[in-house]
Amino acid sequence: MTSSTPHSPAGASDAEAAEGRVYMVSGEDWDEIVAAANEAGDFESGERIVINMGPQHPSTHGVLRLVLTLEGETVVEVRPSIGYLHTGIEKNMEYRTWTQGVTFCTRMDYLMPIFNETAYCLAVERLLGIEDKVPERAQIIRVLMLELNRISSHLGGIAPMGLELGATTIYTQGARLRERTLDLLELITGLRMNHAYIRPGGVAQDLPPGALGGIRAFLDSAPELLRDLHTLIDANPIFIGRNKGVAYLDLASCMALGVTGPVLRSTGLPWDLRKSQPYCGYESYEFDVPVNDMCDAYGRYLIRMEEMGESLRIIRQCVERLAARGSPGPEKDPVMIKDAKIGWPAQLSLGPDGLGPSPEHIAHIMGQSMEALIHHFKLITEGFRVPAGQAYAAIESPRGELGAHVVSDGGTRPYRVHFRDPSFTHLQSVAAMCEGGQVADLIPAIASLDPVMGGVDR
Amino acid sequence: MGIEEKLPSGVLLTSVEKAAGWARARSVWPATFGLACCAIELFQTGGPKHDLARFGMERASNTPRQADLMIVAGRLSQKMAPVTRQIYDQMSDPKWVISMGVCASSGGMFNNYAIVQGCDHVIPVDIYLPGCPPRPEMLLDAILKLHDKIMNMKLGKDREREITELENARLSLRPLHVVVPEGTEP
Amino acid sequence: MSGPDGTPKAGSEETHGSQAPQGPVPAAGSGDASETDGNLPARLGEERLAEPVVRMGMFGVQDTPDTSGYGGLRVHRAPGIESPRPYGSYFDEVADELGSALEAAGIGFRDAIERVVADRGELTFHVRRERLPEVAAKFRDDPALRFELCTGVSGVHYLEDTGRELHAVYHLLSITHNRRVRLEVSAPDADPHIPTLVGVYPTNNWHERETWDFFGIIFDGHPALTRIQMPDDWKGHPQRKDYPLGGIPVEYRGAKIPAPDERRHYA
Repeated sequence: MTSSTPHSPAGASDAEAAEGRVYMVSGEDWDEIVAAANEAGDFESGERIVINMGPQHPSTHGVLRLVLTLEGETVVEVRPSIGYLHTGIEKNMEYRTWTQGVTFCTRMDYLMPIFNETAYCLAVERLLGIEDKVPERAQIIRVLMLELNRISSHLGGIAPMGLELGATTIYTQGARLRERTLDLLELITGLRMNHAYIRPGGVAQDLPPGALGGIRAFLDSAPELLRDLHTLIDANPIFIGRNKGVAYLDLASCMALGVTGPVLRSTGLPWDLRKSQPYCGYESYEFDVPVNDMCDAYGRYLIRMEEMGESLRIIRQCVERLAARGSPGPEKDPVMIKDAKIGWPAQLSLGPDGLGPSPEHIAHIMGQSMEALIHHFKLITEGFRVPAGQAYAAIESPRGELGAHVVSDGGTRPYRVHFRDPSFTHLQSVAAMCEGGQVADLIPAIASLDPVMGGVDR
Repeated sequence: MGIEEKLPSGVLLTSVEKAAGWARARSVWPATFGLACCAIELFQTGGPKHDLARFGMERASNTPRQADLMIVAGRLSQKMAPVTRQIYDQMSDPKWVISMGVCASSGGMFNNYAIVQGCDHVIPVDIYLPGCPPRPEMLLDAILKLHDKIMNMKLGKDREREITELENARLSLRPLHVVVPEGTEP
Repeated sequence: MSGPDGTPKAGSEETHGSQAPQGPVPAAGSGDASETDGNLPARLGEERLAEPVVRMGMFGVQDTPDTSGYGGLRVHRAPGIESPRPYGSYFDEVADELGSALEAAGIGFRDAIERVVADRGELTFHVRRERLPEVAAKFRDDPALRFELCTGVSGVHYLEDTGRELHAVYHLLSITHNRRVRLEVSAPDADPHIPTLVGVYPTNNWHERETWDFFGIIFDGHPALTRIQMPDDWKGHPQRKDYPLGGIPVEYRGAKIPAPDERRHYA
């Protein structure tokens, strides 16, 4: 090594390397050396480090890899690298029947499985031409499940956001409320996650007895827990300090980058597909669309909290409607389309040998109707046929517009299914939001986008 | 009846193995390796209802250097496999792996080009936990079984002998009885 | 299904591809006065027979010994369907507006748009690939169209559709007018190039990368067309129809079930 040059203070040696002048520092005051070097004009580009963050890292919502070029604390370049959770779900669905496709697409964006299923089923129903023939009870149950999932999804975003910022209590409180929604989902569908509950033509099963009581109990206890979360987070100076003014993305950028959902609503545009292009009967429910114009991470957080409150409102209305309908049974108030060539045949019931088609249904197909037996057989072995064509159904998921583009060739299997996942599109905007900011702002920025890598990679 | 009777009260006798096993099992630090849906159930297991903190496991170590346990939670894609191996290698001994969920254990429902059919193609697994996703209670059961395993782990020469015995037992394991037509080989 | 001699009945479900089905959908129904016999089932049947065969046999039966007759099934590719005017709802407005916008730019409507399909409440413009950026720019900028948001590219691979195997499907959303429209572009396998829309809708950056990754469609002019989902050194384009699913046989006690793409299927 050469001896100290006039540029560097005592102790730091420098050498010429292929990359230019390289300074080896041991124990000196870093600021001094950098200042001196800057003064001497040695650093044209500043001190740049290329850091790889992920795919295993606590502060990423799943296996996201960020290649960061840092200049000190400032992010000069951020390049997200995805694909670490690619599962080939879309290709897998081409080898399964239309109904089995639901079990695949539900595992895409695993925080909002009901939304994945609903987008897919709406597209299939459009291809089948049965959009207006889905029973009303099924539509009410769909809305109920969608809003329940919205709450659990928002909490699944806000709780890890707290954890990443170092606030474990936000995590535990969020997990506490989320646990209640999962209990309800389990009560109704049988599973806490990845339910495969929404099927083309309706829903898999009616609400079990006692479900409305369980939902009412939840509706009684949830607002208080939500208020607790508000009190805990909303005015917290550290939270505000880390989130206000961070990850700025205005309306023009959102439009250019295809960003929808809470991020778009935080720019001041009240665009919500539930209001503008309603599906599943959303036009008949009373709810507001929270919007603000802060364009930053804090604004998006506020919108998500408000949306949870609105979801509770919608769930209350669903419960009232279902209570008004009573439980007349599957003949009078079905949850699956009556068309025998499409609707999944059996009503499940718990018998001495486990869960299976109800004895009445078995008696019907075995003893009373040959046609019913044939339909049952064909539906279960090969599934229903969907006329050729393509359809695109988009719904307002907790993250943004979730679209399902479904192509059929007239067979019993999808020809091509593509999901336009909001997280995939939103991750593109990480560079626009974070370049020029601090490294520490990267974490709340990504948390405010709330990407779920299952949806990004599919 | 033995030496315990003659000792003053307040003195415990144990073996180094048992003490080390007890200490290791009581504060297993998991490495955050949540990949997909099972990670959400892992996240719920850390919540207040099913509490991981009562096992000393709520301090998830983000750096593998300080982690003891790698819970592979979720489907392991081909792109992620080398990363998994690297994280596993970066963990220091003693380390254990729970493969959580069917996707991590065997590829699950995704039998295709993109998913490694079981993370045991890439890393050695101690406990396989099926489920899609496994409930938090199932995960806690797997963790408790792992704690059993850790507590009864031997040290030093005995450990080497234990490993050789286990290996020999596994190598000589015959598959379950297979029904074959007459005259053909199983 | 089909009649015994293999000719498809009207309303047959054996059509494939993105073209609208014949029969029950009004798209193929009563047409214009200029072609009175254009949409009669016999005429459509002739057109259909002129197309190449895409599928043979049913229930996996390809040849003898087969006394069921299903082995003799021959399904022809469906010819491209064009919807007759009026399309219904806001579709006519959009089509007319697009026509005038293109004319103002000196591009003939038929130069840019191969055909227009209005099916199941959705409007699809089949755009010629050379004109795609201009058409997309018109969709974005024209005040009466104003489709500000593009929700991405979806690739579809029609293996039997020789000459136009690879399709790229763009869905556009207009927030101003609350409308949706679909643009579909096709390219042959031999020349899988489609001009990029990143200049018009920057959101397509990653979507086009993904479509390249999965289908091999090369988007000319894309700033960085690299693999995004698959590992960087992966060979092949997984979601093409000629790429296998890649599963392994599943071992049970005493049995081995083949991977999903090798099992028997009925469609």
